[in-house]
Amino acid sequence: MAATVRLQREPFDAASEAEKLRRGRSDIGAVVTFTGICRGDEGGAPLLAMTLEHYPDMAEAEIARHVAAAERRWPLHGVAVIHRYGRLQPGEDIVLVVTAAAHRQDAFAAAEFLMDYLKTRAPFWKQIELAGGGRTDKIWVEAKRSDDALADRWTPSSGRRAAE
Amino acid sequence: MKLRYFAWVRERIGKPEEEIDPPAGVATIADLVTWLSRRGDEYAHAFENPRVIRAAIDRAHVRSDAAISGAREIAFFPPMTGG
Repeated sequence: MAATVRLQREPFDAASEAEKLRRGRSDIGAVVTFTGICRGDEGGAPLLAMTLEHYPDMAEAEIARHVAAAERRWPLHGVAVIHRYGRLQPGEDIVLVVTAAAHRQDAFAAAEFLMDYLKTRAPFWKQIELAGGGRTDKIWVEAKRSDDALADRWTPSSGRRAAE
Repeated sequence: MKLRYFAWVRERIGKPEEEIDPPAGVATIADLVTWLSRRGDEYAHAFENPRVIRAAIDRAHVRSDAAISGAREIAFFPPMTGG
C-alpha cells in the first residue's frame, strides 16, 4: 500500500497529494481528504498565530506506526499524512490526512482513526499568541479530554491500544 | 543516556537536552522523574505534577513503570496537542 508520511514547515497541496494516491489505479472507489486548519480563535479569544513544536525523530515514526495500524484494520489502497510545524497564521493548513480504499466506509473510518490518534499521540505541542493587550506571551495549549475520549473509541474491548 | 525535553517541560528545566548517568537504583521512568526532581528547583517545577508528564524511550511512548535500562534516549513532555 502506498503510504506517505511527511513533516514539513511549508504548506501542502491537498488536492495534489490525493491525486498522487489515485494516479494509475482503477481499484480505488473512495478517497477521503481531511485538512486540519488553524482557526482564528482559541476558546473565544482571537488568535494572532500558532506555533507547533515537535519531536522530529519520534513524530515520523509515531505517525508511521498509526498508518500501519490503519492498514491492518481497513483494506486501504493508499494513505498520506502530512503534518506541518513552525509558526502558522489563522487560516493556514496544519495537517492533511488522505485515505484511499475501494469503498467509502473504510476510507472514512481510517481517516477518522488517524486524526483521532494524531490529536493524542503524535508528539507535537501547540503554543498560541492571542491578540490584544500588547502581550507577546505564547501560551501552551492544553490537551483536551475529549480528544482522549475520541481516540479511546478505537481501542478494542480487550483494552489494548489499537496502534500496538 | 540522553534526555530530551519538550514544550513547557523544556522551558521550566531551561534546556532542550542533556546527558545523564543515573545511579543503579533508578530503574523506571517514575524513578527517573523522582531523581530528576531532586536535581534542582527547575526540575522540581517541571515535574511538580508527574501525572501530566508523558515519556518516550527511544522514540516510543512508554508508561511510568517502564524500565529505563538500555535506553539510549528518553524524552519528557506534556500531553500532546498535534493534529
